Amino acid sequence: MTALAVPRVPSRFLPVIATFVVFVLTFGAGSVRYEGFASGQIVANLFIDNAFLVVLAVGMTFVILTGGIDLSVGAVVALATMIAAATLRAGWPAWLTILAVLGTGSVLGLGMGLMIHKLRVQPFIATLAGMFLARGLCFVISEESLSIKDPVFRAVATETIELPGEVTITYSVLIALAVVGIAAYVLHLTRFGRSVYAVGGSESSATLMGLATGRVKVGVYVISGFCSALGGLLFSFYMLSGYSLHAVGLELDAIAAVVVGGTLLSGGVGYVVGSVVGVLVLGTVQTIISFEGTLSSWWTKIVIGVLLLAFIALQRLIVHRQRDL
Amino acid sequence: MTEPLTAAQPQPLVDLRGMSVEFPGVKALREVDFRLFPGEVHALMGENGAGKSTLIKALTGVHAPSAGRITLDGAPVSFTGPAQAQAAGISTVYQEVNLCPNLSVAENILLGREPRRLGAINGRAMRARAARLLGRMGLTIDPASALGNHPIAIRQLVAIARAVAVDARVLILDEPTSSLDTDEVDELFRIIRVLRDDGVAVLFVTHFLEQVFAISDRVTVLRNGSRVGEYDTARLTRIELVSAMIGRELGALAEVERRTGDRHAAPTPLLRAQGLGRTGAIAPFDLDLHAGEVVGLAGLLGSGRTELARLLFGADRADTGRLLLDGRPLRLRSPRAAIARGIAFSSEDRKAEGLVTDLTVRDNMILALQAARGWARQVPRRTADELVATYVERLDIRPADPDAVVATLSGGNQQKVLLARWLITRPRLLILDEPTRGIDVGAKAQLQRVIADLAAEGMAVLFVSAELEEVVRISDRIVVLRDRHKVAELSGAGAGVDEVLELIASGRTTAEVGGR
Repeated sequence: MTALAVPRVPSRFLPVIATFVVFVLTFGAGSVRYEGFASGQIVANLFIDNAFLVVLAVGMTFVILTGGIDLSVGAVVALATMIAAATLRAGWPAWLTILAVLGTGSVLGLGMGLMIHKLRVQPFIATLAGMFLARGLCFVISEESLSIKDPVFRAVATETIELPGEVTITYSVLIALAVVGIAAYVLHLTRFGRSVYAVGGSESSATLMGLATGRVKVGVYVISGFCSALGGLLFSFYMLSGYSLHAVGLELDAIAAVVVGGTLLSGGVGYVVGSVVGVLVLGTVQTIISFEGTLSSWWTKIVIGVLLLAFIALQRLIVHRQRDL
Repeated sequence: MTEPLTAAQPQPLVDLRGMSVEFPGVKALREVDFRLFPGEVHALMGENGAGKSTLIKALTGVHAPSAGRITLDGAPVSFTGPAQAQAAGISTVYQEVNLCPNLSVAENILLGREPRRLGAINGRAMRARAARLLGRMGLTIDPASALGNHPIAIRQLVAIARAVAVDARVLILDEPTSSLDTDEVDELFRIIRVLRDDGVAVLFVTHFLEQVFAISDRVTVLRNGSRVGEYDTARLTRIELVSAMIGRELGALAEVERRTGDRHAAPTPLLRAQGLGRTGAIAPFDLDLHAGEVVGLAGLLGSGRTELARLLFGADRADTGRLLLDGRPLRLRSPRAAIARGIAFSSEDRKAEGLVTDLTVRDNMILALQAARGWARQVPRRTADELVATYVERLDIRPADPDAVVATLSGGNQQKVLLARWLITRPRLLILDEPTRGIDVGAKAQLQRVIADLAAEGMAVLFVSAELEEVVRISDRIVVLRDRHKVAELSGAGAGVDEVLELIASGRTTAEVGGR
């Protein structure tokens, strides 16, 4: 029995590869149909327009890898824009504002994580409560939209970086890519990261293996809270305003990106890179629809819905095949 | 019976004294002493519910003992969880492999102890170390492959590799062989011997007698949460071991009126099985069940007791043979069909397969009757109340409150509620799978008396129990199972405990590993 050689099935990479193929196909379709679509700047714009979503999807990937879910991220983004706008208006220096926003997001995440771990509340319920709380706090700060006039924020928002080939990107893109890189490092090369996968694979096994499952479960929500706050900052660079009704439903876009990126909702399987490609797919669909011009932007939602269904069906197939082994 | 071991030996590595563990309503472990020496393989034996798992969990800090103390290497210890026990050198491999199938083999072995360089996990060093550990056990599997791609047997060995990777001094194997075939068991035993010779103390839980004699140096037998004894395997005979596991009840049971088999059984049996069997579960057997008769099923865990009962109820489909009800052929496609024909089955796992513990006593009792009537015809409240009141009184269910939530009842009373549920449907044949497991002596005697009364009223009863004395006491006939074969049928009047023990223990030469 020791001679049992199991061929290394790359099936765990299959969903990510499939997502990448879908991205190439949709982008290719756009290029064939519209002139000027296949340019470096369009790709760069995908990142510029979705930098905040990339950061949210990274945080969400941590949570979903443990088998959890975080519904609060959209509301935390809105809260982050409100806190930023309100504190800047009150004359805080930009660095203090940024610290306050990131701190608030992390504390909210910590609270939800503790609720989930200590009180054994379902992640769905705990983060739903967090979502209402964050959204409610926005209205406490102000019901109006507050514009941001801080020079630092304005500078970060408008300045661009030249890349070879006359492609420009914003600082937000750099921040988002840095977050992706750090997340990949943490997930694959630290004990914390591997424990995230272990908890998602089998929480009871992870506990019996002597891993700090409690710290992991709380930790992922802190990370998601931090990423939501950071995503909120990027969003406020993008919009240059704080508003209670910013980012409504954004949590669902983040979840969709993660799932389309090949992460199993049941946890334990998935890659941050997949989530990034998932965001790119969503962004490409949106770009195509805006190029089309006559189509309602709601078509984006329809296409994303179809893609979600297709990817969940694909995951089912793969999971079944692994069980049959 | 063999003398308990008293010979002077070096200091035990693990010494448990007077361990007691209590769960609501059940004393799972009563003042158990247990010793484990370095360099020995120690088998822990006992039937279902004897307290084997509880003992292990008390030792590894999963359950907090209500009394007793643990010493490790002479120093008193108390663990609050498996992680602490592991840090102290006590590693456990559970029956269900507790690993993460989504990670690689190497990660599963070293998770939490990965070699690191500058804070980052060093993948190459990790795979090399895993390969070395696997090599020491004689395994050549790719440490980088995903664990989920390997069969259960390999996963089990990976789990052992993980357990010894911590330099475990005590290795606990909780029924590691239940899903392995013969070659795989040999492989496992080879590895256990290697570890034992390295000075590891191995605690081995199994219910296969063969394996105990093949691998263990000493045996501790538990029954009903108490220690029956500690024996030297070399000086222990098979029959002594079996009788320690299922033989004489330690406490005195209230005497149930001994029924003699002199009643005239009806000429046609109520239910007759002819050559009924199912591959991997139970070999083809013949069995007649008459109205007004209690038939006992005796045999060890894994002998096919439950499997036989499930075939008669239609819970599993038979591959061969046929069933006759009142002399007419009967095809049972489902438990529903069986219930419709007056066959009731009370499962051995009352929590998972029987009671809805969050509902009240009344709701649980009415469940089967309501199911039989169909959802559209609700059982009238008054009828329900009357039925429930009758059975609460007759079975002496305490508290005598139909609105009590079942989860709050003791094990014995829960069992009575389950029994009442089936009695309300007025079955002609009642199959009881271990109805007395894990309940106290008084409740046991009560249940036995109720069963005897039911038979006297004309019900046919098939009684499955791990406790031989109980089977012998209340059965008119006893069917003996061994290794998934029916080996004998004895008339209860003539059968003694010793005779049945002999039948159960004799002639097991090859470890037949089932479940495939």
